Amino acid sequence: MSAPLYQLQGVEKTYNGRTVLQIDDLSVCPGEILALVGPSGVGKSTLLRLLNFLEPPSKGTITFRGQQFTAQQAVPLAERRRVTTVFQRPFLLNRSVRANVAYGLRLRRNHNSAQQITDVLERVGLQDLAQQKARTLSGGEAQRVALARAMILQPDVLLLDEPTANLDPYNVGLIEDIVRQMNQTRQMTMVLVTHNVFQAKRLAHRVTLLLNGRVVETAPTETFFNNPRDPRTAAFVRGDMVY
Amino acid sequence: MNQAIRLILSGDPDLLEIVALSLRVSGTALLISTLIGIPIGAILGLRRFVGRPFVMALLYTGMGFPPVVVGLLVYLLLSRNGPLGQLEADWIPRLFTPEAMILAQSVIAVPLVAGFTMAAVLGVDPQLQQQIRALGATPRQEMFTTLMEARVGVIIAIVAALGRIAAEVGAVMLVGGNIDGRTRVLTTAVVLETRKGNFELAIALGIILISLAFVINTTMLFLQRQVSK
Repeated sequence: MSAPLYQLQGVEKTYNGRTVLQIDDLSVCPGEILALVGPSGVGKSTLLRLLNFLEPPSKGTITFRGQQFTAQQAVPLAERRRVTTVFQRPFLLNRSVRANVAYGLRLRRNHNSAQQITDVLERVGLQDLAQQKARTLSGGEAQRVALARAMILQPDVLLLDEPTANLDPYNVGLIEDIVRQMNQTRQMTMVLVTHNVFQAKRLAHRVTLLLNGRVVETAPTETFFNNPRDPRTAAFVRGDMVY
Repeated sequence: MNQAIRLILSGDPDLLEIVALSLRVSGTALLISTLIGIPIGAILGLRRFVGRPFVMALLYTGMGFPPVVVGLLVYLLLSRNGPLGQLEADWIPRLFTPEAMILAQSVIAVPLVAGFTMAAVLGVDPQLQQQIRALGATPRQEMFTTLMEARVGVIIAIVAALGRIAAEVGAVMLVGGNIDGRTRVLTTAVVLETRKGNFELAIALGIILISLAFVINTTMLFLQRQVSK
C-alpha cells in the first residue's frame, strides 16, 4: 500500500478546556473512501475541520502529503486548497447557481472555466437551472450545487459532512452515484461523515467508529460490518448501541 | 412657493454653485467614509481581537454623536493653535474651506458606515464563512465574499451615512463658516436665508435638498433591489 495521504498522531482538539477529540493514530489512504461513523457529538465534524485545516489541532501532528502540521504551524494556502468540504447544509452564496459553482475557481483566479462549469452542472443534473438564483432551489438541488462547487475544484481530498442527511431518496441516490464515480474515475480521496450505517456500507472502503472523541475501530467495510473486533462496534452495527 | 419654483427653474448661478458645493462636500465625505468605514466594519464583524468590545462601544457612541460637537472638535483641531492647525502642513485642511467641511462630515459618517456594515456582516451565518474558507478563500477573500453576502446591509450603511451628512448643518456651519461663494452649502444657506426673511429662497433651497435626497435614496433603493433579487 502506498504512503498514507493523511497521518494523524496524538491529535487532540480542546475547546475551553474540554477535549472533544483525541486520536492516537489514524490514517487516510490515497484514493479511498473512509467513512467516519458514530453517534452525534463524538467529534466527527471536528475531525473533518482539522482535515480541511480550518482549525489547527490543540496537540499532535497531522501529516498531509508528507508534510507535518502542528498547533503552531500554519498550513500553506496551496496545501489547504487541495482539500474541500461539502457540509450537511449547502451554504450557497446569494448568487446564481452558475456563480456558486464558479466561486472556488474564482478564488483561485481561474476565470476561463465556462465549459468546465457547464459540464459539472450537467453532471449534477442542473444545467437548466444555471442562471437561477441559488436561494430559490430546493434542498436536494442546493446540495447538488454544493457538490458541484466542490467537484469542479478537483481536490485531492473531498470531505463530506453528512452530505445527504435530510434529503429525499432520489437525491441521496444521485449524490451517492456522483461521489462513487468521482472516487473511481479520478481516484479522489474522500472522508465521509455519516449517521447512516447503510450509506457507509454502500460507499466506503474502510470505516472508522468514533466514540467520545476516540477511535474505537478502523476496519475494511466488510470486516467492520460482519466481523468487528470491538464489542462496541458490534453493538453499533447491530443498532443496539446505547447513546 | 411659486416664486421658489421659478427660482429653481431659472437656473440661478448662485443657486447652482451652492448645490454643486453641497454635492461635492457630502459626496467626497461619503466616498472617504465608505473607504474607511467598510473595512473597519468588516473587521469588527469578522475578527475577534483584544479590545474589540471597546472599539465597538466607541463606534456606537460615534454613531449617535451630535454633528455640531464633531464640528467643534474639528474646529479646535484645525484652528491656528490646534494640534493639527499649528503643523501648517499642506495636507491639513484650513478652517473655512470646503476641505475642512469634508473632514468634519467624514468624521460624522465613518462611525455610521462602519457600524451598519458591522451589523450587516454579523448577520451573515458564521457557518457560511466556514464554508467559504473550506473552498479555499484567503482571509481577504473571505472578508470580500462576506461583504458581498451582506451587500444589502452595506448599501443601507452608505445611504444612512449620506442622509446624515447631507442633512447636517451644525458641523459645516462651524468649520466652513457659510461664506458666500466659498463654503455655503444648501443647509447653511437655508439657515441664513430664513434668518434674513428670504423665505422664497429658503424654500427653494429646501425643495432642492429634499429632491436630492429623494433622487439619491430612490437610486439606492433601486440598486438594493437589483442586488438582492
